[in-house]
Amino acid sequence: MKKRAIIPILYIVFLMLPIYWLVAMSFKTTQEILGGFSLFPRVWTLASYKTIFTDPTWYWGYINSIIYVTMNTVISVTVALPAAYAFSRYRFLGDKQLFFWLLTNRMAPAAVFALPFFQLYSAIGLFDTHIAVALAHCLFNIPLAVWILEGFMRGVPKELDETAFVDGYSFPRFFVQVFLPTIKAGVGVAAFFCFMFSWVELLLAKTLTAVYAKPIAATMTRTASSAGYELGLLAAAGTLTIIPGAIVIWFVRNYIAKGFALGRV
Amino acid sequence: MRKVNQKGWFFVLPVLALVAFNALVPMMTVVNYSVQETFGNNQFFWHGLGWFQDILRSERFHASLGRQALFTFMILVIEVPLGVIIALSMPRKGIWVPVCLVTMALPLLIPWNVIGAMWNIFTLPDIGLLGYLMNHVLGVNYNMTQDPVAAWITVIVMDVWHWTSLVVLLCYAGLVSIPDAYYQAAKIDGASNWSVFRYIQLPKMKQVLTIAVLLRFMDSFNVYTEPFVLTGGGPGNATTLLSIDLVKIALGQFDLGPAAAMSLIYFAITLFVSWLFYTLMTRNDTQ
Repeated sequence: MKKRAIIPILYIVFLMLPIYWLVAMSFKTTQEILGGFSLFPRVWTLASYKTIFTDPTWYWGYINSIIYVTMNTVISVTVALPAAYAFSRYRFLGDKQLFFWLLTNRMAPAAVFALPFFQLYSAIGLFDTHIAVALAHCLFNIPLAVWILEGFMRGVPKELDETAFVDGYSFPRFFVQVFLPTIKAGVGVAAFFCFMFSWVELLLAKTLTAVYAKPIAATMTRTASSAGYELGLLAAAGTLTIIPGAIVIWFVRNYIAKGFALGRV
Repeated sequence: MRKVNQKGWFFVLPVLALVAFNALVPMMTVVNYSVQETFGNNQFFWHGLGWFQDILRSERFHASLGRQALFTFMILVIEVPLGVIIALSMPRKGIWVPVCLVTMALPLLIPWNVIGAMWNIFTLPDIGLLGYLMNHVLGVNYNMTQDPVAAWITVIVMDVWHWTSLVVLLCYAGLVSIPDAYYQAAKIDGASNWSVFRYIQLPKMKQVLTIAVLLRFMDSFNVYTEPFVLTGGGPGNATTLLSIDLVKIALGQFDLGPAAAMSLIYFAITLFVSWLFYTLMTRNDTQ
């Protein structure tokens, strides 16, 4: 039993090494970084973090990212709920084909869609807005949310619906007051995955924004290339992008694994 | 059995509208470009299937498709068994479970270009942790900006670092759903560890493993941001995977026709392989 623990421990150490290096780098001064190798920061400095929190182009990057990720999560889960209910409870013309078609949208390389997306959202006048990125990310997040929610809903016995209707619940009241509370774990998992995939995606987010809705990750790319490779600043910005994800994982830790396992392929 | 109820369409309508808007309009734009030739000035001419023929015959496409296939094959061969082994050796209950799950899920939530940048910093020859270890402690000459082999190994290790956790989480979810009674029965029968794995754990993990392999295939075949930030496709063209090459043609050279034709061929390959794999894996379930 004890011997087996070595594998997860080694794996976690392997996972933490690059992250440690990023965090250590973010506390070093530029001279120390360029001056040579040091395992720990010799002089601790918060200069990089200070730059990020005082420069609007930096901290607005974070705010922009959080705004469109939240919008996307809310939109994806809201529209996926009724659809997942229909897929789990009813049979209708073309339901299987529709379900498969939804999933194929996860297979399209984002690189394929970058230019057409730019043209589409420019044409409808949404270029460089948060809602444009939120809507574009729906392409891969809605299918995922439908898939996960359908799995959870299929696990709820049909008798629940029937009893509620016999008791005189109208459909909307049943859905909100009876059904939603029973699958709240599923809603949490779906929201988590929508958050995750919207937060980490950059290609579309970068293509669809210029100034006002620019995501943090894009701000980093620009700094890395234009301002002569400021490694400390880059490392600090990177470290800060890990934090929202870590907070979200902590809340859903007991459900992450379940989410995919219950979904139907 | 589910009821036949065409009302289902009303429930699906919002999803359909949003996804169709995002999928069909850009897809039609791509199809449109793929059959036309342009000489600038927004003037387009019908080009038929010419671009498709050019792409299918082009050496450059064959080369990047080959690199892409090799990359996807290698990461699947490494990540899937590794993920299964780690999931099998994880604790089932106790305080270490959430610690394992949270730390392992962490790489999945880091923006993709930050991952590229992080590995870049990590592997810098003289001031990165890995680069320093390789060059100055182990004495191996390691510089991934110059050596194609080093670049390949780094890109693959980065992907293993980034995505093995997804396989682990999925397999772990399959494993915890096995009732204790199964293991007790196996113990009474005196089953070896291998038989427990082969006849109890593996069948239970089959469904999640199918999902894991499908997701890993789709995502690794479409990978763009992390290798692009890490190596920029270099040195030379050594790590120019399919997506990187596509973006070079589409946005770098602005050859919209060939890029569009290439996108459609690319998408068709992904779709076909996913469908084939899915059909093969679920073939026995329906019988």
